[in-house]
Amino acid sequence: MAGHIARGIGRPVAALLGAAALALGAGSALGQAKEQFIPAIGYWVGPYAPGGSGFFGGMIDYFELLNARDGGINGVKLTWEKCETEYNNARGVECYERLKNKGPTGATVIQPLSTGITYSLIEKVTADKIPMISMGYGRTDAADGRVFPFVFPLVTTYWSQNTAKIKFIGMKEGGMDKLKGKKIVNLYHDSAYGKETIPVLDAQAKKYGFTVTHIPVPHPGNEQQSQWLQIRQIRPDWVILRGWGVMNPTAIKAAAKVGFPRNKMVGVWWAGAEEDVIPAGEAAKGYIAAAFNMPGTTFPVMQQILKEVYGKGKGEMEDRSRIGSVYHTRGVVAGIIAAEAIRTAQEKFGKGKSITPEQMRWGIENLNIDEKRLKELGAVGLMQPLKVSCLDHEGGGAVKFMQWDGAKWNVITDWIPSDQSLVRPMIEESAAKYAKEKGITPRDCK
Amino acid sequence: MGSPVSFFFEVVISGLLAGVMYSLVALGFVLIYKASGVLNFAQGAMVFFAALTFVSLVERGVNFWLAIAITLAVMIVLGILTERIVLRPLVNQPAITLFMVTIGLTFFLEGLSQGIWGSQPHGLELGIQDQPMQWLADRTGMFVSQFDLFASAVAAILVTGLALFFQRTRIGRALRAVADDHQAALAVGIPLKQIWAIVWAVAGFVALVAGLLWGARTGVQYSLTFVALKALPVLMLGGFESIAGAIVGGLIIGASEKVAEVYVGPYVGGGIESWFPYVLALVFLLFRPEGLFGEKHIDRV
Repeated sequence: MAGHIARGIGRPVAALLGAAALALGAGSALGQAKEQFIPAIGYWVGPYAPGGSGFFGGMIDYFELLNARDGGINGVKLTWEKCETEYNNARGVECYERLKNKGPTGATVIQPLSTGITYSLIEKVTADKIPMISMGYGRTDAADGRVFPFVFPLVTTYWSQNTAKIKFIGMKEGGMDKLKGKKIVNLYHDSAYGKETIPVLDAQAKKYGFTVTHIPVPHPGNEQQSQWLQIRQIRPDWVILRGWGVMNPTAIKAAAKVGFPRNKMVGVWWAGAEEDVIPAGEAAKGYIAAAFNMPGTTFPVMQQILKEVYGKGKGEMEDRSRIGSVYHTRGVVAGIIAAEAIRTAQEKFGKGKSITPEQMRWGIENLNIDEKRLKELGAVGLMQPLKVSCLDHEGGGAVKFMQWDGAKWNVITDWIPSDQSLVRPMIEESAAKYAKEKGITPRDCK
Repeated sequence: MGSPVSFFFEVVISGLLAGVMYSLVALGFVLIYKASGVLNFAQGAMVFFAALTFVSLVERGVNFWLAIAITLAVMIVLGILTERIVLRPLVNQPAITLFMVTIGLTFFLEGLSQGIWGSQPHGLELGIQDQPMQWLADRTGMFVSQFDLFASAVAAILVTGLALFFQRTRIGRALRAVADDHQAALAVGIPLKQIWAIVWAVAGFVALVAGLLWGARTGVQYSLTFVALKALPVLMLGGFESIAGAIVGGLIIGASEKVAEVYVGPYVGGGIESWFPYVLALVFLLFRPEGLFGEKHIDRV
């Protein structure tokens, strides 16, 4: 009898509970329809905080702009959550695991701003079907989308950059044929990141007839006397600086110390921010660095960020003087790319809807930011046009060069295209090797 | 560029001068170790904190010398607070306990520095250019930086002052007594707490000097905390309790690592100066476990 009563009461209660659950579900589904979650797996403290805080500040500022000005992307608000990695691989993986299922559809895209974390996540994101963008860093051969469907080393890879760098040096010498017999030193951070460009430099040395000497600098690079004594002995025509963190200003100062001209030093884009030259003071005058995003606040998109975000008391950069710095605009470019990929995916899978990470992968792979679109975005000159495909996960490949005048960076070249005839076969060879090691059957992109 | 012989001398001289920079950091370790028998893991963080405080004050328009005075005062207060809050409750605890505390202090100072002054790198100019002296280069073909000579002069003054302080003053003798045995020192009426506060304040001053010189070379940024890594092999070789050992150890480490990197490095892939000083110090310890100038401890059984 008691059971019967219980069953009698239980039925309407269950019905009520069911209805409530449905209502809640519907409610959250409605809420979900208007939200797109993007994790900000980055670093705001520790030795590399200047780069991380600038980059993620720029990215979030751009998302804030879209939300404030346009109400998101086709009505879908962008949301994010920060997770501190301190540039540490283990923490990066932990952040990824913590945030990958957040938001209505999970993590839309991952941008860890760390080659180490990128390497640690490649297999995880592939298994979880979450796209990862490593813009200007990470694994170069991931540009082969047949082997790495979920990894996008967009804009330019290290190898592409190096070929543009040699082209720049060739231009300065009066033509590529003038490189024959020249001496170039590759002063690199003694890490996987630092060693990444050795093969492509060797290949170019063979192609153009210059000699290249690779000199490692042990981490962290705050003492480089012996390296620069060796450089003085070699008497190179150019020094390529492939540094990171404190290694960069120390190298610039050490160059001054042995009398090596700074306008014959060309840095990688991780040695080309204000944070790399200001600590070197006067010694940095004339130093040159590669760049795939330009600094400044005159671009219309930067003006809009100032007006719509900072003008309304928001914005990520506590130090306003850093708005428009190299790292900040790099973050804005990262934001533009992510947002445009979401927009592209929405065009296919439904405007005004939250897209899934897999749909985002499609969006990135079909991204086409041409000159017209750059103009609409207010980003002409800030970044280069970008066209990604199944085969090519890099998309751009060109590089500009900037020179520090003691107070600011000045752009000294137009976009210099990379030498894909050299780089692409190397990428495909390396990717094929990886595929063989991991037992991956490459996709057919035809 | 001079002959191979003059180049060799240039390598050795630059190594010796680099070694002086290592010694400056090692000195801070030695001071604390002499007074408390503990390896102060936080010395690198103190270098960073001092330099960042100084440069941040200067950037806010504070006069150079006033900024030095304020930073010195901050470091003294930091020393006193460290004694009051961190060390006083741990009197007579094992050395490992005190060592662990200094690890905690490291993280606290790193966070405090960035919390107060931010994480951006800063340039620091002391008015002495880190460039080769032209007259020497013209005559010998050797490039020697005037900044390095300035740093050496500063180190010489500092070491002389500290040596006199330890050998010739009552406080100095008291410091050595405290280092030998906390309890015995207390028993004979040495004010342990004051001694510790004084020595941490002096270590703070040494950290400021090291921070200014290293900051002028690499910029003032978080990585200044890593300069401590350069001091460790110096301490292993020179002995943890000897000011002279810190200097001689620094010179040996500096010169040998440069010679090794320049002449051996290219044959083994380069980048050996990060580990070479440690190997050298370890080999040295096989023959003199207490270091070059360390005190030999004989315990009765």
